Amino acid sequence: MKLKKILPQVLTLLFIVLIFGFFTMNAQENMDTRGIEFGFGFLKQEASFDIQFSLIDYDGSKSYARAYLVGLLNTLLVSVIGIVLCTILGVIIGVARLSPNYLINRTASVYIEFFRNIPLLLQIFFWYFAALRALPMPEDAPLLLGTSFMTIKGLFTPAPVWNNFDVFLITLIISLIIIFFFNKYAKKKQEEAGIQYPKFLISIGIFILVPALTFIFGGVDLTWSFPELKQLAKTSYTYEGGVGIPPELIALTLALTLYTATFIAENVRAGIQGIGKGQKEAAASIGLTTVQVLKLVIMPQALRIIIPPTTNQYLNLTKNSSLAAAIAYPDLVLVFAGTAMMQTGRAIEIVAITMATYLTISLSISLFMNWYNKSIAIKEK
Amino acid sequence: MFKYLKQLTSLVAMVAVLFTFTTETMAAKKSKTLKNTQKKGFVRCGVSQGLPGFSNADAAGNWTGVDVDVCRAVAAAVLGDANKVKFTPLSAKERFTALTSGEIDILSRNTTWTLSRDADIGLTFVGVNFYDGQGFMVRKSSGITSTSQFKDGISACTNIGTTTELNMRDFFNSRGISYTPVAFEKADEVVAAYDAGRCDTYTTDKSGLAAQRTKMSNPDEHIVLPETISKEPLGPVVRQGDSVWEDIVRWSLNTMIEAEELGITSANADMMKTSDNPAVKRLVGAEGELGAAFGLDNDWNLRIIKQVGNYGESYKRNIADTGILPDRGPNELWTKGGILYVPPSR
Repeated sequence: MKLKKILPQVLTLLFIVLIFGFFTMNAQENMDTRGIEFGFGFLKQEASFDIQFSLIDYDGSKSYARAYLVGLLNTLLVSVIGIVLCTILGVIIGVARLSPNYLINRTASVYIEFFRNIPLLLQIFFWYFAALRALPMPEDAPLLLGTSFMTIKGLFTPAPVWNNFDVFLITLIISLIIIFFFNKYAKKKQEEAGIQYPKFLISIGIFILVPALTFIFGGVDLTWSFPELKQLAKTSYTYEGGVGIPPELIALTLALTLYTATFIAENVRAGIQGIGKGQKEAAASIGLTTVQVLKLVIMPQALRIIIPPTTNQYLNLTKNSSLAAAIAYPDLVLVFAGTAMMQTGRAIEIVAITMATYLTISLSISLFMNWYNKSIAIKEK
Repeated sequence: MFKYLKQLTSLVAMVAVLFTFTTETMAAKKSKTLKNTQKKGFVRCGVSQGLPGFSNADAAGNWTGVDVDVCRAVAAAVLGDANKVKFTPLSAKERFTALTSGEIDILSRNTTWTLSRDADIGLTFVGVNFYDGQGFMVRKSSGITSTSQFKDGISACTNIGTTTELNMRDFFNSRGISYTPVAFEKADEVVAAYDAGRCDTYTTDKSGLAAQRTKMSNPDEHIVLPETISKEPLGPVVRQGDSVWEDIVRWSLNTMIEAEELGITSANADMMKTSDNPAVKRLVGAEGELGAAFGLDNDWNLRIIKQVGNYGESYKRNIADTGILPDRGPNELWTKGGILYVPPSR
């Protein structure tokens, strides 16, 4: 009896090992006959190519490993911005979809149907090339908010120039710790004595006020370096100083956000609709306001329905960010599985590293979301 | 009577088999690629995704260009028909993997011959079919007429996965100019972005610049600057490890160039069989056994000349007459002031 249970599993395992072994041997043999060596030593070599946009110090004299890091950080940057924005937009659209106001809920559904049914790559191309065509040349760009310029070469905004930035950062972290303990205290008070503090307002207050004090006492100083127009040639201009955000990043973020938000909006709608009408009525009948009903009764339950499919959307967004290669945003695929692979010819090693990296990112997002999902699950006593 | 006939036919068949066996020779047996190509009935050739003059497909899917002609020449030599080629359009990034993994047998895709490519990644370059160099394109209205007018902060659009990215860095670094590289995976997007005004300059091989200029919304608004910042000898590539196939591709290209040098064209090739010049007679298969070493018949190079034409014809048809680069520059024969020089076919 036991054998009958174990045998299929052993066979499956054997099968997988054999297949994997076959592919490895095959690759090894082919690489041998073609004189290709396998190894990761190339990562230490000088990359000798430059990258348009980098969050860390980089130029072509650095190693391939460093170039990999630049690509990875760029991928994470666009993914994090995309996830935050598409969550906000998705929740708004999802709630709007359920609005009793005809105009609002129709607009929301049209938005969803439109953006989720057009292939993402097309949308990326659309936002990139439409934006490029529509945006003004640097010299014609109007001043935005008195400080920034939106041009075909990117968004140029003032760059912060810090003095004693570390002091500021530390107080920022301290203020977050204070907020954490304050909220714990406030919750205890409410449970013990029913006293309600305006938790949100006080938290925000601490978050702004405490770091602000460092400007007076901590010697922290912040000035701004403003972008200035620079002439390159007779009809060719750019901006100097400030921060230049490349149009590729803006187009990619926009496309990923608008696309993924449609799926999240549907998740949110499904989550809210999945909660029985009686819950809402019961909550209203004990005197809670509409906002309180949503915040205290509906959302905590709806989240359990919303989180698992939304995790999938976060993963999709991260993986879809690899389409960046099409519009010159230097993400992991463009920099590492693109240029670096071409310059070194190390296809197998580089594809393996890239795959492992995406796998790690995706699994990390999954782990975090599963943990979050568990923390809001019904705790049965 | 019929009995004998049957025996006779089988004898003839046996002799025929033996004969083909011997003409197939050792060379064909040694070359796996040649054998596979002859079995499949077409040459598998990797080309660009569309570079006018070099490899470009028209609306009906017919490929033309000087890079395409190299593959056609090989097809004419080994299969007898220059049209028996299967073209695979490849991006700069995909090209070497496609070749080393065996998806294609010749890579003829404006690829620069460099030491590291030749030595490192399982490739062998067989020759040069176009001498090129990297240049810059700018908008005429910018007033820039030389790279010496480039200033800090300039943005340059280009392709990833090419020597261009490396040369560009060397160039700007050696002049101490800070620049922004904007690198795309496909050439079409590079052109579109530069055309829209995303970059101040577009840099790639000069032939590429000349060809892509024809795709701009208004070609007359752009100029290619005179400076050449690198050597870019472009040529066909084969997989390492099949020296017979390597030789066939090398000498198919050489035949085209040699034919021009000897004045043999697609039109007069047949007549040249009775030429007084032994070199001419050898190249059209009227003398010598030039095909035997490859396991090919003796008319292999005649077929190349008749079906594809000599190098000059190919250049004129694809690059000069299309207005891409009417002046042959270094790609003229050594006898006429260029640097095209191939070892003799003998």
